[in-house]
Amino acid sequence: MYVKFDVNAICKRVLEKQLDSFGLEYTLSGTREVRLMDKLSKEKEQELADALGNVGIFIVDDTKAILAHQIKETIIHMIYTDKEAHRYKSSTYLADKLHYSYAHLSNVFSQTTMVSIENFIILTKIDYSKKLIIEDKLSFSEIAHKLNYSSSSHLSAQFKKTTGMTPSNFQRLVKKRKERRIDSVKVTV
Amino acid sequence: MSENTLSIALADDDEDDRLLFKMAMENLKVNTELSIFNNGQELMDHLNSPNHRLPELIFLDLNMPVKNGMECLKEIRGDTVFSDISIAIYSTSSSERDIDETFINGANVYINKPTNFDKLKEAIAKVIEMNWQYHTSRLAKENFLLRI
Repeated sequence: MYVKFDVNAICKRVLEKQLDSFGLEYTLSGTREVRLMDKLSKEKEQELADALGNVGIFIVDDTKAILAHQIKETIIHMIYTDKEAHRYKSSTYLADKLHYSYAHLSNVFSQTTMVSIENFIILTKIDYSKKLIIEDKLSFSEIAHKLNYSSSSHLSAQFKKTTGMTPSNFQRLVKKRKERRIDSVKVTV
Repeated sequence: MSENTLSIALADDDEDDRLLFKMAMENLKVNTELSIFNNGQELMDHLNSPNHRLPELIFLDLNMPVKNGMECLKEIRGDTVFSDISIAIYSTSSSERDIDETFINGANVYINKPTNFDKLKEAIAKVIEMNWQYHTSRLAKENFLLRI
């Protein structure tokens, strides 16, 4: 005899059985989200986590993911909009805005996003410089100044390190790509 | 992060290269699900078949029989269904013209096939990490160009 499993159905039934045994009111949304109607005490929550753990179900602690997301949003704000941000070291800025030590922020961020805060800041700045390069309204040195680089060669070097190409090569490729796309649209029309 | 797996496809006609790629992927700290195709036609048939999860990232060898990487690239970029997929071209060619052509036709990444295994691992890890950032952060995906 052979059997087939509907894993989702089995997991759902096991999960419901555990939640019911705690007498909880809940709704399930999707296959993995449980919404509890009442707030659990810390002890109850631990009991539930243990009971679920015994059957191989684990509660995902997503507070780290939420904090990592807030860090990203703060970095984007710092680079794109906050004109005063350049007065502070980014570590001070983030710790101050998010009310955690920088060491804590840095740990949570690396664990959740596979990249360090420092590298994410560089990536965000380079991404912003790409937008400005494509807009073609500012010179490289103006872009470097706007993004707080000491010189346009410093920006160029970091651009090359991050993307493998120079800013001018990037600009040339994106222009050609746009032309190509416009041509192909004309052909299909 | 552990909840998410990144779905990756590879199309390469060289058996040794496919094996090396697969081994390099096994060493990564990201959860990945790799589908391997022996040529461009197999890849396109898979992409065009209904009811399956599309990959987030495709590694395409440039020189393949039946349908080469450039033809696949143009077909994929010509169909908006696939617009979320990042494409990494992976080739032994280091001619500037070939490289330019791939970017202009919509590739996100150009990798010169590394000659040793450690370099290959490094290159794959860099592409995956960068792609991950573009998928999970508010970065402008259309400006994702990377040359390794």
